Amino acid sequence: MSAPSVTLGRSRPRPAWHVATVVETRRETPTAARLVLDVPTWPGSEAGAHLDVRLTAPDGYQASRSYSIASATPAGQVVLAVDELPDGEVSPFLVRDLRPGDQLELHGPLGAFFVWRPGTGDRPVQLVAGGSGVVPLYAMAAAHGAAADPAPFRLLYSVRTPDDVYFADELAGLAGPAFALDLVYTREAPAGWPDAVGRLTREALAARTVPAAHRPHVYVCGSTGFVETVARWLQELGHAAADIHTERFGGL
Amino acid sequence: MSFVTRGFSGRRREPDTRLPPGQTLVQDWPVLSAGPTPHVDTADWELTVQDETGTDHRWSWDELLALGVEDVTVDIHCVTHWSRLDMGWRGVSLDKIFEDVESEHEYVMAHSYGGYTTNVPLEDLLDGKAWIATEADGAPLDPEHGGPARLLVPHLYFWKSAKWVRGLTMMPDNDPGFWEQYGYHLYGDPWKEERYW
Amino acid sequence: MTHHLDGNVLAGALSEVFTTDMTAARGRCGGCGHMAAIAEAMVYTDAPGLVARCAGCDQVLATVVDTGDRVILSLAGLSAVELRR
Repeated sequence: MSAPSVTLGRSRPRPAWHVATVVETRRETPTAARLVLDVPTWPGSEAGAHLDVRLTAPDGYQASRSYSIASATPAGQVVLAVDELPDGEVSPFLVRDLRPGDQLELHGPLGAFFVWRPGTGDRPVQLVAGGSGVVPLYAMAAAHGAAADPAPFRLLYSVRTPDDVYFADELAGLAGPAFALDLVYTREAPAGWPDAVGRLTREALAARTVPAAHRPHVYVCGSTGFVETVARWLQELGHAAADIHTERFGGL
Repeated sequence: MSFVTRGFSGRRREPDTRLPPGQTLVQDWPVLSAGPTPHVDTADWELTVQDETGTDHRWSWDELLALGVEDVTVDIHCVTHWSRLDMGWRGVSLDKIFEDVESEHEYVMAHSYGGYTTNVPLEDLLDGKAWIATEADGAPLDPEHGGPARLLVPHLYFWKSAKWVRGLTMMPDNDPGFWEQYGYHLYGDPWKEERYW
Repeated sequence: MTHHLDGNVLAGALSEVFTTDMTAARGRCGGCGHMAAIAEAMVYTDAPGLVARCAGCDQVLATVVDTGDRVILSLAGLSAVELRR
């Protein structure tokens, strides 16, 4: 028999069901809430991972939805940022009705494809976010900052208005020599904003992302339409399909 | 169920004797789709019924409507737990379609543009129980709701009412269609809650 | 209007069946031969079950039906699946 194989670098916690208690809820944007959850059994997660939230009504009715985890949280705690979908069944409850002390069931951590791990190389990392798709990308940027990882990071964040920016203070705090933040406002920009307001274009994408020649790992998250448009432009700009990681958000 | 999240009720679930067990009344019309939505022009649309001799009986859009369109008011029950009551539909009875079809076979596989299939016993399509529907809620069926034409078999769960129907093939056995292969009940009576295998 | 998400959303359902996360596994489409990560499949979630389709040819690769007390998984549209150890 050979020696037992050691795969510490890749080992990740098995997904399991956990009971979470709400510690805090607060407005993240005009349509979204940040939820801080106490989950004593939570093993921690990789940056970019998600989980399934399951709600149970008194008559046994259940509904579950997937949400990205908003930070590479320590064990025992989970932060989510949930955008309210007007016709949704779960998100309006989470955004409007949830209070400290309430309990939810979580299944996770989930996902090994759309994750970033510190210490996996010095190729640059380009993050591209559309709206609430910034959540897992913020988690990656936070993990990058916490680990003081040497890979250069850059986030291009397409957002409707300044009020709609998730984790605005935290992102501003992370910005520095190792992390560049580029915002594109699609509806309304702060006073004096130098750039054009409007939907992201291929030209703006090319101008504000790490060039393909630098072989960045690219992570794109947003609505299906946003992700598919950006992924197509990235390939047209010379990025290899294998370097582009995508996660589509929405309808949840 | 021991675990409950305070304050969560989900969509309104009011008891109603006209609702089969486990169903919730909705006022809107949820869109369910297992794949891309086909867009078929009525000029290109065709319905084919194939019997065991291999004979194809074909109707163009105009030929279908010429068979005689009727208005019906029915309740529909989706296996994902929503129902709508007293919904107005317009379509051609399958009795008219099968008038000229001779077959010994007792089962039908419905085929859709886009590749969807569902199996239904022939007797569930006859005697005023099923239609090729072209309108709902007073308007032509949108592509997302199965337009230009869908099967309407309201006494079975709504996955049997195949959107974008283009063909009916007679079968000697009750072979499973798309969802019936992947876990859903071969027949699908909502009053018996025949949801899964 | 596109109604699909992608294979990342399958992670929870597939974790009930497989001991390893499957979203980073690669699969070959039985229809067109396209090879891609499961996370890159197009997944239709507004349906009676989850339906994963090939991003290249739309063929159904996998379905997951949750009956409450059972999970019914079909991988009938995948000719092969590659898992990294």
